[in-house]
Amino acid sequence: MLRIASNNRQSGTVEVSRMGKLQGLLFALATVALVALATFYFTRTWLPPLKSDRVAIDHAIWLSLVVTGAVFILTNLLLAYFSWRFQDDGQTRAAYWHHNPRLEWAWTLVTALIMCTFLFKALNLWAEVTSPPPADAMLIEVTGQQFAWNVRYPGPDGMLGRTDHLLASQENPIGLDKSDPHSTDDVLLLNQMVLPQDRPVRVQIRSMDVIHSFFLPNFRVKQDAVPGMTVQIWFTPQGIGDYEIACAEHCGLGHYRMRGQVHVVSADGFDKALADAAAQ
Amino acid sequence: MSTEVLRKSPRPALDRGGPGGGGPGGEGDGGREGPELFYDPARFGLWLFLGTLTMMFIGFTSAYMVRRLAPDWIPLRPPGLLWANTAALLLSSGTLEGARRRLRGWNVAGVGPWLLATGALGVLFVAGQLTAWKVLVSRGYFVSSNPHNSFFYLLSGVHGVHLVVGLVWFGVVLVKARRFAYTPGEDGLGMFATYWHFLTGLWVYLLLLLFVL
Amino acid sequence: MTEMAHGPEAHAGQAHAHAKEAFIWKYVFSKNHRIIGVQYYVTAMVMALVAGLLAMLIRLQLAWPQKDWGVLAKIFPMGYDAGGGFGVMRPEFYAMLFTMHGTIMVFFVLSTAPVSGFGNLLIPLQAGARDMAFPFLNGLSFWTFFVGCVVILTSFFVGAGAAAGGWTAYPPLSALKAAVPGSETGQTFWIVGMVFFIASFTMGGLNFVTTIINLRTKGLSPLRMPMTLWAMFLVAVLGLLAFPALIAACIMLIFDRHFGTSFFLPTGLVLNNAPLLGADGKFLHQGGSPLLWQHLFWFLGHPEVYILMLPALGFTSDILTNFARKPLFGYKSMVGAMCAIGGLSFIVWGHHMFVSGMNPYLAMAFAVGTILIAVPSAVKVFNWLATLRGARIRFNTPMLWAMGVVSLFISGGLSGVWLAQSAPDIQLHDTMFVAAHFHLIMAGAALFGVFGATSYWFPKMFGRMMNDTLGKAHFWFTFIAYYCTFFPMHYIGIAGHLRRIYDPYQYEFLKPLQPINEFITISALVLGVSQILFFINFFWSAFAGRKAGENPWDANGLEWTTASPPPHGNWPGAIPEVHRWPYEYANPDFPKDHVMQTEPLTAAEQKLKAAEGPSRHEH
Repeated sequence: MLRIASNNRQSGTVEVSRMGKLQGLLFALATVALVALATFYFTRTWLPPLKSDRVAIDHAIWLSLVVTGAVFILTNLLLAYFSWRFQDDGQTRAAYWHHNPRLEWAWTLVTALIMCTFLFKALNLWAEVTSPPPADAMLIEVTGQQFAWNVRYPGPDGMLGRTDHLLASQENPIGLDKSDPHSTDDVLLLNQMVLPQDRPVRVQIRSMDVIHSFFLPNFRVKQDAVPGMTVQIWFTPQGIGDYEIACAEHCGLGHYRMRGQVHVVSADGFDKALADAAAQ
Repeated sequence: MSTEVLRKSPRPALDRGGPGGGGPGGEGDGGREGPELFYDPARFGLWLFLGTLTMMFIGFTSAYMVRRLAPDWIPLRPPGLLWANTAALLLSSGTLEGARRRLRGWNVAGVGPWLLATGALGVLFVAGQLTAWKVLVSRGYFVSSNPHNSFFYLLSGVHGVHLVVGLVWFGVVLVKARRFAYTPGEDGLGMFATYWHFLTGLWVYLLLLLFVL
Repeated sequence: MTEMAHGPEAHAGQAHAHAKEAFIWKYVFSKNHRIIGVQYYVTAMVMALVAGLLAMLIRLQLAWPQKDWGVLAKIFPMGYDAGGGFGVMRPEFYAMLFTMHGTIMVFFVLSTAPVSGFGNLLIPLQAGARDMAFPFLNGLSFWTFFVGCVVILTSFFVGAGAAAGGWTAYPPLSALKAAVPGSETGQTFWIVGMVFFIASFTMGGLNFVTTIINLRTKGLSPLRMPMTLWAMFLVAVLGLLAFPALIAACIMLIFDRHFGTSFFLPTGLVLNNAPLLGADGKFLHQGGSPLLWQHLFWFLGHPEVYILMLPALGFTSDILTNFARKPLFGYKSMVGAMCAIGGLSFIVWGHHMFVSGMNPYLAMAFAVGTILIAVPSAVKVFNWLATLRGARIRFNTPMLWAMGVVSLFISGGLSGVWLAQSAPDIQLHDTMFVAAHFHLIMAGAALFGVFGATSYWFPKMFGRMMNDTLGKAHFWFTFIAYYCTFFPMHYIGIAGHLRRIYDPYQYEFLKPLQPINEFITISALVLGVSQILFFINFFWSAFAGRKAGENPWDANGLEWTTASPPPHGNWPGAIPEVHRWPYEYANPDFPKDHVMQTEPLTAAEQKLKAAEGPSRHEH
């Protein structure tokens, strides 16, 4: 137990913890070790490769990393330096310094300024991401259910057939109304999604039962599928290949295996790929 | 209620000593400790509690506002009994004021009838509310039949529970009044009246929200 | 409002009756704020033990999901497929684990230990009151809380097990019994437990606010209050304003679950490919809104995270200044920042719902509030750093924890800036990045704050000191293990690792993350095991620690002017009067390097005060 300093500094009877300096250094070391560790992981994992037009989200994340990283290093170094430098020596007193309006206003305003910049960029980006889809965007409907994704294409007529949840059954999980002429050419896929490259797609997201979340990690797309609501998002796939669909909202026991696949194909090969997928 | 004790002593009794009596100096030091009291703590605490209740009903109200916009909303026709109930509750607030006025005016003997009338009207209100539910059920308006029904049962139920708590408190007040625990000339019923009037006001608000606005 | 029963007759006999009080009234159904505080604290410790254990099981599962845990299958037969030599965790058990870990930690541990525990212990001591304003209500509050704990713990053993819809209990998952096993009886117990908790917290809040407003001692003006007292005041106000929304939501959820209403349940629910129909062949539920629950829940939920954090920030300010032997820098801006954080916390709840399908314009409004809340938070950090500049730091256990809070508050706060921007949140929402963020800032800061406060105010709890060497060992293990556990979660979160997922490696893109998950799990196990040091230190010191004097840390606050532990009524004589702020360290005008709050102003100070107006010595 560290003996507590006597009240009178001038008497010089204070027993100073020999561990003090070491502890301060340890604080610094822990911080540095942390940064080193972080960097180590940094190189191994980062955002999944971007395959859509939402590059601005990646930029925002990078900007956040740079700015907050700088603040992190600066403040932690200060914390470590102060704790190493200003140890109790049992002789002298701390500076009687507790108030400096100019300094306080300065850091408040600088922080506010930085945050306002973030805010401005964030609002612009959000407006861009949530803007209405282009007129030529391809329509797809995604309906979550425990524990699968039903993906529906409107077919040649470009119109999704009517659905009625009262009609839902084992064979007709989303309750497609077969009497509606638009429904006859609808293409239904289970846990598969075929997308043409470089063409905007608008996805209408729905749910049959509980809340799911339609997450395409490579496309920077995530949207909750809420029963009773239809939410529309849009994006443009870029880069041919196979990617994963995940459910990001806890939706029950099978949440962890509510997994699907996205196949991005060239615009020319799209119809054939869709037909192949539907035939499976 | 002991508010008269609180008001007469410079510090409230409960602050003089700890729970169980306080330290050696707690009882005997006589002199005033601490700052001037701005508020009587019990009264202040009651107002805080009413604030919390208000927040809860703001929560319900916002849910109601959102839900009412949905297309499946079928307005519920209130049973006529509700208006009679409301009149009984308003009247009970009035008779409570009558009791307070008599207590303040040193008319101790006159307090009893007014107080009893308050309690009777309160019981009448609760009974009336239960009857109103029964009437609705007999007409086929169940709690889940449509959202307006759900809200009516929910809000009148939550209000009713608080009113029943008020009636329990009323029982305590009545016993104290019979023991002449309230000093004439003082407003000993003040706290109970605050709670009771709050519930009356709340009910009028709920009624307006549910069936008028 | 039960306390009004303090009639004249109750008052008269108090003073002498209490000496002969039976053990049960003195220590079990006590009305003394210190005893109640300790009761809250110890109950929270037990709950923390349970919730911590759940966390360990979660971590084991995430690192090695398909592993056969024969031993665990024997200990938790309900959670593991024990038959045929298999001990693989069941998914329903996993859902139960993370749901109950979150619920217990947020409400029954981290709201309870700092707020109800230290609040009850410290408010009367720091405010200069004999006890809380309503001691009976205070006791009632604890026992209500206790019933809530029992209900929550019992829920593991009823029906299909405890609630499994996440601690946020989003309907329809939490409302439809067939949606997940935990939504049967378990969810009902969850709601009942929460109602008890909220009732208890409301009683506590009434007591806190009334005591701080009405029972402060002479001279303790608002701008002479210690930061802890400010934090407790704000926390109580936040609780009184925010919890009613959750109780309203809980009542509506009960109606939806048991009376067939449709507050949160929309038309057209289809479970297992079968429409959920009523007797009339129409949908049982009509037209409700699942988002309504989210709004009501997060209207509480966001202030709630500040309810967890603000006390820790208060403790940190008090501890940091003491061990830096230096006045708190920018006291007024610290108070202002705390009030700003408390106020803003009511208009930011929608940032939990950026991808929920909420109107995007509404999301913008919430992003504004969320980003702005970074400003007062940063002000607090800068003030703390400035407090350390030119200090004379003593590295005792409380100081280490306080610096730990500063460090965690920085780390966790900065990732908040990422999440506050609604567009990056699209990628990061519901990933481990969020888990990293709130474990660092909300859980971590609150936890470290509680540890710091425990080692600092232990004398006022038990009259003894905690062991400093053990305390330091505990700190270093915890600090390093805490960072190793939660910092890497940022990286796997950025890589897309989902939250609340029973087996992440079902996904190809998450398979490479297994080694990191193993590292996190090992760190988490170290973190968990390190807490044994704390339990040993706590109980050993409580009974056999070095006896503490009135003021073992050379501190200034009112709580240090009375014996450790304080007697009934807190001060044997008159309640001391306050003449100055609690951070008068290192003032060159005084022979001692710390000046108690009760020290009258010197002639020179009085002259200065008269000359400069009242403001200078306000603080």
